[in-house]
Amino acid sequence: MLQGITSEAFILGCSAIGAGLAMIAGIGPGIGQGHAAGRGAEAVGRQPEAQADIVRTMLLGQAVAETTGIYGLIIAIILLFVRPLLTAYLNLGL
Amino acid sequence: MTIEFVVNIFGKTFIIPETIVNVWIIVIVLFIFALIVNRKVKKLKVDEKPSNFLNVIEMYVEMIDNLVKDTMGEKHVKSFGPYIFTLMTFLLFANLIGLIGLTPPTSDYSVTLTLALITFTLTQFFGLKNNGFVGYLKGFTEPIALLTPLNVIGEIANPVSLSFRLFGNIMSGVLIMTLVYNAVGFFAPLVAPPLHAYFDIFSGVLQSFIFTMLTMVFIGGNLD
Repeated sequence: MLQGITSEAFILGCSAIGAGLAMIAGIGPGIGQGHAAGRGAEAVGRQPEAQADIVRTMLLGQAVAETTGIYGLIIAIILLFVRPLLTAYLNLGL
Repeated sequence: MTIEFVVNIFGKTFIIPETIVNVWIIVIVLFIFALIVNRKVKKLKVDEKPSNFLNVIEMYVEMIDNLVKDTMGEKHVKSFGPYIFTLMTFLLFANLIGLIGLTPPTSDYSVTLTLALITFTLTQFFGLKNNGFVGYLKGFTEPIALLTPLNVIGEIANPVSLSFRLFGNIMSGVLIMTLVYNAVGFFAPLVAPPLHAYFDIFSGVLQSFIFTMLTMVFIGGNLD
């Protein structure tokens, strides 16, 4: 079944699968940011007068929690557009 | 719309990408803008009410000053206010430039890494200045000496995560907008505006706010 596929095409396909797998990292920040937003809503409900401070702190915390997801995104973008694996294969000179 | 320059220096060819050209455009626009505001402020009389334009500028400057005061303390407003103000204004223009069809400079990793390295250098400089050389090195061995490698890695991870956060957010917005424009074709005027509202305005303003805020927190943590 693999006979009609060149090595380059196989590496490109595997890179695409790897990029998709890397984006699984998006689950974590989603849960974390949702949790922070829920707690923020609770805090605003308890202390409506401190809303500006609560929203600012919440957004800052969410941005920090987002970092791991962004790392996954960067890996995916590099795999798709920079194609380091294909370059490495071509440099092997097989 | 893309503007690119090809420069020949000593027989080598350098391509200056459009994101760098856009940085120049923003710098020139902000420079002219600052000159205009400066001239208007100097002409102002004490007993006359300021115009609407100057009122908005004053509100913006006061907002940033209050932000610096809340995060870093009252006495650092004079020394760090101008830098934070410049950073915030530049990032706002850089992230919102996607609205007029240019590529945001922050979707180029070199721009965000430069800004993050400025923050990193300032952080380390004030850490050295305020704790002394021995105290600065001692700060890495806390709470126990076993954790020194982790502390060093954690310190180096700050500029990396700071630059990747801004870059990743803006870059993913640009990518998704390009995919949408290619996919919908003639229906782009119907589909694109809400996406522009999210990716350019909401995400852009939020990310520039967060970048400035984290810069203030990092530097403020090493000030006395």
